[in-house]
Amino acid sequence: MAELLPRGQAVGVTDSSPAVGHQHEVEVILFKQVASYLATPIFVVDPDGSLAYYNEPAERLLGCRYDETGAMPMSEWSTIFVPRDEQGAPLPTEALPLALALERHEPAHGDMWITGLDGAYRHISVTAFPLVGQGDRDLGAVAIFWESGA
Amino acid sequence: MKLRIWGTRGSLPTPGRATNRYGGNTSCVEVRGADRGHVVVLDAGSGIRALGRALPAKLHRVDVLLTHLHMDHIIGLGFFEALFRPGLEVHIWGPSSTTMPLRDRLARYLSPPLFPVSLRELPCDLELHDVPLGHFALPGMHVLAALVTHPGPTVGYRLDDGRGTLAYLSDHEPALGSRLFPEAPEWTSGFDLAAGVDVLIHDAQYTDAEYPDHVGWGHSSITQAIEFAQATGVGTLVAFHHDPSHDDATLDAIYDDLTSRVLGFELVAAREGARIEVTSRLPA
Repeated sequence: MAELLPRGQAVGVTDSSPAVGHQHEVEVILFKQVASYLATPIFVVDPDGSLAYYNEPAERLLGCRYDETGAMPMSEWSTIFVPRDEQGAPLPTEALPLALALERHEPAHGDMWITGLDGAYRHISVTAFPLVGQGDRDLGAVAIFWESGA
Repeated sequence: MKLRIWGTRGSLPTPGRATNRYGGNTSCVEVRGADRGHVVVLDAGSGIRALGRALPAKLHRVDVLLTHLHMDHIIGLGFFEALFRPGLEVHIWGPSSTTMPLRDRLARYLSPPLFPVSLRELPCDLELHDVPLGHFALPGMHVLAALVTHPGPTVGYRLDDGRGTLAYLSDHEPALGSRLFPEAPEWTSGFDLAAGVDVLIHDAQYTDAEYPDHVGWGHSSITQAIEFAQATGVGTLVAFHHDPSHDDATLDAIYDDLTSRVLGFELVAAREGARIEVTSRLPA
């Protein structure tokens, strides 16, 4: 049990942690719930860029169900869909709108071509924005996709 | 930890004969640890008035942990006797908003014209804290606070005194938007707060029939509270925040049936005046 804390130390954050899992922040949970009802393709990443979730419309664009891919680090999702620019050159991870939104903490937009896991080649537009929670907590970022010409 | 429930009712004080046994006062729970001079109070609903009158004379510190600032959770604050004891150390913890600290948010209520006394006029030694989202320490207790699903900034608390664990999620709608509640732990609001606690005090405002007309209001059905308790593996669920329209007879009818079922944990319907000892289920 903790010792009696003198005044002034009351707000000290302890290093005690319960034996619990890694629940997402409630803002991210609510965002996932909203995304699961929307027809707009949506892709959500954690503050470190790891894939947290994408919804059914995004599954159609990416060519695979989220249940099949599951969570994955940025290094994996940023290459698995082989994003390319209009000249067909591979786009580096740091040039992707989601990476820019995470790094700069501001919205970012870009057009690109991706190869879905179903093998389909698609031209998409991506708008990404940072998720900032209560107390300016960095909660990650969200990308909204459009299939160009769809 | 020893608990005493001073207010069980959700949304609105509901005094009268018809609510005499379960209670008509709004949310307030007293928590006592090993330090006899220290009291933790969960929420400041109308039940806090009677708690204040029952406080011992020898007291060196009171911590009031507010889950949120809806009126039923702060309506008793201005009538809390501890605030009027000169020199008594009183800490009030609660969520800030994205634009305002707790002090400014609370001052909207504790100031004219809604209340005759303002915060700065209180004779106690008052400190207000924007509750940190994470771990912090109180005398003899560790506290974990996290935002939970309810309209506006709202937190739940997990308290651990080394002898037992308590989770307090008085206003919580973890099923909101979920197609398959309860979902995986990482996608369930409040999961980390409640996981494995000895006692969970949880919102159970509606019947299954009432819930569909109140989706998004921030509260759970009794069934959802039970499912949440099962998912998080608690020892005892104290069903809390009774709907103002549920009188004693209604609550008897609901809980007489439920408490006789095998749920995997103890189910108790919160009653005003009830005392609960929170002790670890794990071997020492």
